[in-house]
Order: sequence, then structure tokens, then C-alpha cells
Amino acid sequence: MLEFFSSEEVQKTIEIFVNEFPMAIWETIYVTVVSTFFAVVIGLPLGVILVAGDKKILKIPSGFLHVLNVIINLLRSIPFLILMIMVFPLTRLIVGTVVGTVASIVPLVIAAFPFVARLVETSLRELDPNIVEMAQSMGAKPIQIIVKVMIPESIPSLLSNLTTAMTTILGYSAMSGIIGGGGLGKIAINYGYYRYRYLVMLLAVVFLILLVQIIQTVGTHLSTRLDRRPRDRA
Amino acid sequence: MIEIKNLSKTFTTKSGDVEALKNISLTIPDGEIYGIIGMSGAGKSTLVRCINMLERPTEGSVLIDGVNLSKLSEAQLRQERQKITMIFQDFNLLMQRNCPKNVCFPLELAGVKKSEAVKRATELLEIVGLADKAKNYPAQLSGGQQQRVAIARALATHPKILLCDEATSALDPQTTHSILSLIRDVRDRLGLTVIVITHQMSVVEEICGRVAILDGGEVAEEGSVNEVFSAPKSEAAKRLVYPDGYTTEVLSPSPDEYFIRVVYNGAEVSKTPLIAQMAMDKNIPASIRSASTRSIGGKAYGNMLLSVTGDEALANEAISYLREIPDVIAEEVRPNA
Repeated sequence: MLEFFSSEEVQKTIEIFVNEFPMAIWETIYVTVVSTFFAVVIGLPLGVILVAGDKKILKIPSGFLHVLNVIINLLRSIPFLILMIMVFPLTRLIVGTVVGTVASIVPLVIAAFPFVARLVETSLRELDPNIVEMAQSMGAKPIQIIVKVMIPESIPSLLSNLTTAMTTILGYSAMSGIIGGGGLGKIAINYGYYRYRYLVMLLAVVFLILLVQIIQTVGTHLSTRLDRRPRDRA
Repeated sequence: MIEIKNLSKTFTTKSGDVEALKNISLTIPDGEIYGIIGMSGAGKSTLVRCINMLERPTEGSVLIDGVNLSKLSEAQLRQERQKITMIFQDFNLLMQRNCPKNVCFPLELAGVKKSEAVKRATELLEIVGLADKAKNYPAQLSGGQQQRVAIARALATHPKILLCDEATSALDPQTTHSILSLIRDVRDRLGLTVIVITHQMSVVEEICGRVAILDGGEVAEEGSVNEVFSAPKSEAAKRLVYPDGYTTEVLSPSPDEYFIRVVYNGAEVSKTPLIAQMAMDKNIPASIRSASTRSIGGKAYGNMLLSVTGDEALANEAISYLREIPDVIAEEVRPNA
């Protein structure tokens, strides 16, 4: 045990930390933020369509909604590791390669957007239907109901759900280290799994935990800060 | 003028068709405050939603100044709805917007310039007495204040019709009173036509000129508030007018007995024994046949049924005595008329 923490081991760890961690942390943040962004760009409209279609705000054929639901469930049930491999052709088509930090964004977005769509759906369904009726009674167009009522009124709930999405994406991004994705995940797997440098792995995990903590704290703070309803009145 | 012609609404549910409204015909003149009263499930809310076509009627039509709303396209209807605005029981304010921005909401929908909208919102908040709440969010306001913001919002697009769907049902009697005075005030000032949907008799008595009683999806009785409440003809009307199940079966007046309905709308009488005072001052022996009154903040709310035995002159004297008192309404009731 003492040997494990011998000064040489610590020395080597510090070296790896200084040389590789700054880049790895940056890659993790970069991949998480970009993937979350694209997941929201695709997932938010889908979530809106699911709710607005179901509540007859938008005239969407129920068959289409049904198909959309099935696709979302389907994508959500594929384990991420397998999904990464399954989307190799698509990744190659978009990025040109299947290895590396940028390449890992493609499977991350594909894994995350159905999740985001479901979270958006949950948030929007919480909205009091009377508010929508009020907007209709004042002559709001469907798009105005979505943009001026449904989304702004759900901001606190959307933000807290998107925080959940972002932490999940961060976790997935670490997993992508297995197939050549960059970041803290790659370091943890390369050193911890392939070279038995547990200390490095531990350090990578500590930084992953820190990042999750930061995202969660900022997200929760924003969500409550921006909520104009006092917390003591539900 | 609002003309509702042979309007019916049937909802199709899994357990069969539900006839919410059956062959309703009503005419509401401009500038009227028109009450539609009924128990829960009578179809009031459906009727008010048919007036602005939030619910499309199954049969019949709604004409506003001669325009048949059921014939309009969705886009034309949205345009028309800026002129038929609505306030609600739960206010339905946008909780993530402050008060002026809530008032601006219908103006944004109508594409009014932002600077103009803000100016109008300031004006309207002043009219409803909330000029000092420009920075507040709805959750920071009381129910009555929230309803005032909702009224300001409803007035933003210069409507000609204001629909009030149980607008005071979530408020206490004093606040109800102040909201009703505000509604009457804006009617007088802006020449609106107001339709008041309620299950509360006191609301109709306080501000409505005419009333329709809705029962089981049908109009049971319609007329001026005085007519309907002093001589209710239909069973539904009698149930409303005589409190606590006090019906004509109990009321079998002898030829020299006169009934007087006394309504308290926040009268300052809870400390003085009004009926005893009348007996002493005017020597009118009145007995209380039924009463349902409450005292809130030193003011009386509710109604009471008195009987006076004697001649008609005596009954009239009692009525005029009671009418002298502020916030008290007194009317003769003829159960068997």
C-alpha cells in the first residue's frame, strides 16, 4: 500500500497532471457544452412539438406524434456505448473521422437529444393549461403561445432539467474515452484501466465530480434566481 | 350587441355525449352588465367560452354587432378576440412577467410597438389603481391586486366586450366588492359590454342590470335583476333566491303577509340590530324567516328573508327604511306571483 503511494508514483502523477490535465479538462468542458447545445437545438423543438401537438395548440397529425414518441424511446433505450459504435458511419460522414474529441460530439448529441426532448416535454406539461387558454382568448397565434407563454413561463423548470441533461452528457462524454474520445474520460481509462495508474484515474474522477458539482450549482442557482414565483408559494 | 341564437354545445366523451348547452338564445345590449348565474355544472363556463369561440358551438350562432363569429376563419377570429377579452377566476397572469409586461402581453400579440405598449400599460395600471406596482411580479401581489392587473390586461386592446368568468369567486367579499366597483367603473368610463359569469347571487345583485339563470344547460329564466330576483318563477331561480333550500313550499304567505329580501353588500350594520331598530323606529314588526349573513371586518354580507304582516303600505315603508341604509338592498318578493 505504501509502495502504491511511493514518491515515484506521486511524482509521475504530478507530471501527468501538469502535462495532460489542463487540456483534458478543457476538452471535457468543450465536448459537454457543444453537445448540450446541439442536443437542445434538436431536443427543444421536439419537446415543444410533443406537448403542443398533444394539447392541440399545433395541428400535428397524431400518427406523426406517435412515430416521434417511438423514435425517442428507441434512441433512449440503446446503451450509449453501443450507440457510439452504431453511429460510426454518421460520425465519419459529418466529422471525417470516428476518433477524437470532436468526433465524440456526434454520438453524444444523438444520445442526448431524445433525453432533452423528454425533459422539455416534462417541463412544458407542468404549465397550467388555463394560461394557454388565456393566451388563446386574447387572440394568440400558436407560435406566440409557444414563444411568449409556454417556454418563458417554464424557464425555471427548463433550466433545472437542462442542468440534469448537461451533467448526464458530461458523464457520457467520459465514457466516450473508451473509443477514442478525448477529455478526462480518456485519461481515466488510459491510465487507470490500461496502465494501472489508479492515482491518475482517481484524480480524473475527482475533476469529473467537481465539474458536475459546478454545473449543478450554477444550474440550480440560475433556475431559482430566475423564478419569479417565491418558493414558499408553490 | 351580442346575439346568441339557438346555441347548443355537445361534448363527445368516452362515456357518451354530454349536452352542456341546449338551445340558448340571449340578446345582450351594448353597455349592459349582464349576469349569467347558475350552479356548478349548469354550463356557464361553456357558454362564456362559446361567446369568444374558445369552444365552437355544436349548433347555433353568436353574433357580435351583426358579425357571425362561427363563420370566421381562425385568423379573423384571433383578430376579433382582441375586442372580446376575458378575466378569469384564477387570474391567469404570466407569473414570469412583471405587472406592466403582463398588461403589454395582448398588445405584443397584436403587434403594437413596444414603446406604445409600455405607455398604455402604465396608463391602465393607473386606472386599476396599481400605478405603484410597476416593478412587482404577480406572486408578490394579493388576489385582488392580481385580478386588477388581469383587468388592466383585458382592457389593453380597447375591447368592446369584457367576459368575466367567475372573476371574483376566489376573492373575499370585501375584495369582491372593490373588484366589482372597478368593473362597473370601467364600464361607465369605456362603454364596455360586460358579461359576468358567477354562482354568487351577491355579485349579480351588486352590478348586473340583467340576468339569465342557467340550469342544466338551459336558460331557466331571463330578465332584469329586479324582476327575476323579486319574483322568481322558475325552480332554478327560486333555489338561488331563497337561501338554504327555503322554497315556496315553506313560504305560504297568508294574504296579509309580505316578504322582503334584504341583501347586505358590505353594510356597516353588524353591530346594530337592524331589524330590531326598524321595529323600534318605525313600529314595523318583522320576523326573520331565513338568513344567511356573515360579518367580515365589521361589515355584513349575505341575505335575509323578512316577513311583514300588515298591509302593503307597511311593507313599502319597511322597504324604504331598509333602502336608506348604505350597501343594503331591499326588495319585495312574491313567492306565488
